[in-house]
Amino acid sequence: MSIFNMFHVAGSALTAQSVRLNAVASNMANADSITSADGTPYRAKQVVFEATPMGNESAQGVRVKQVVESAAPPRMVYDPKNPAANAEGYVSMPNVDVVEEMVNMISASRSYQSNADVMNTARTLLMRTLAMGQ
Amino acid sequence: MVSKLDQTINFNRQALGLRAYRQQVLAANIANSDTPNFKARDIDFNSALQNALAGKGQSDLGMSTTSPRHISGTSSAGPASLMYRTVNQPSADGNTVDMDIERAKFAENAVQYEASLQFIGGQFKTMLSAIQGQSGQ
Repeated sequence: MSIFNMFHVAGSALTAQSVRLNAVASNMANADSITSADGTPYRAKQVVFEATPMGNESAQGVRVKQVVESAAPPRMVYDPKNPAANAEGYVSMPNVDVVEEMVNMISASRSYQSNADVMNTARTLLMRTLAMGQ
Repeated sequence: MVSKLDQTINFNRQALGLRAYRQQVLAANIANSDTPNFKARDIDFNSALQNALAGKGQSDLGMSTTSPRHISGTSSAGPASLMYRTVNQPSADGNTVDMDIERAKFAENAVQYEASLQFIGGQFKTMLSAIQGQSGQ
């Protein structure tokens, strides 16, 4: 039934957008982490979305296809006192672009809200349909 | 008599089914507003309703049956043919979803869905009063 598919579609979008918000939170939190588990500076993570059929062909939901690490070069900061500094006195900082992450966060949060609205509308329509003829 | 009742609500029943289908397609557009290379889609409600009333929906692509005990295969295609939306402002990632348009159409279609529901409800009330008569007055 079409209306129930709307819940699946909007639900998949909510999940995908919250994964994206999680990635943004992780990037922001680690914007200054000069070492990660493997000893190298933290690399910014970005999610890649993919349309996926939910139920039938026209109900295209979203899913996170993969999480990629940014290939941008690390930010080099001159700080000879830092124990992680190299021979020239430069420290490799994470390649997180804080401005870009903030934009990403607002975009994800707006998309999340839109899909929550879709769910609300679908619920209203279903309730009206149940009350049909009364 | 039952077929008369059926015919009475048939128009709004078809319209309601298509409205629900369109609502789902628009929800998919909104859900995929950030998916690279996703193309926004919609149906032409007018021609879809005319096709449905003429009994030649897209779902008529089912398998033919040669015995009454065969299961009539139903095609997975929806009740109307999906078309791609014309792009107003192309984006670099190949996505053609314009959130303003989709939100507006979504709200519009929700109202029209509720209108169809009201029409059906009114027809039920009409038939009910015809069946019951005005015995109380």
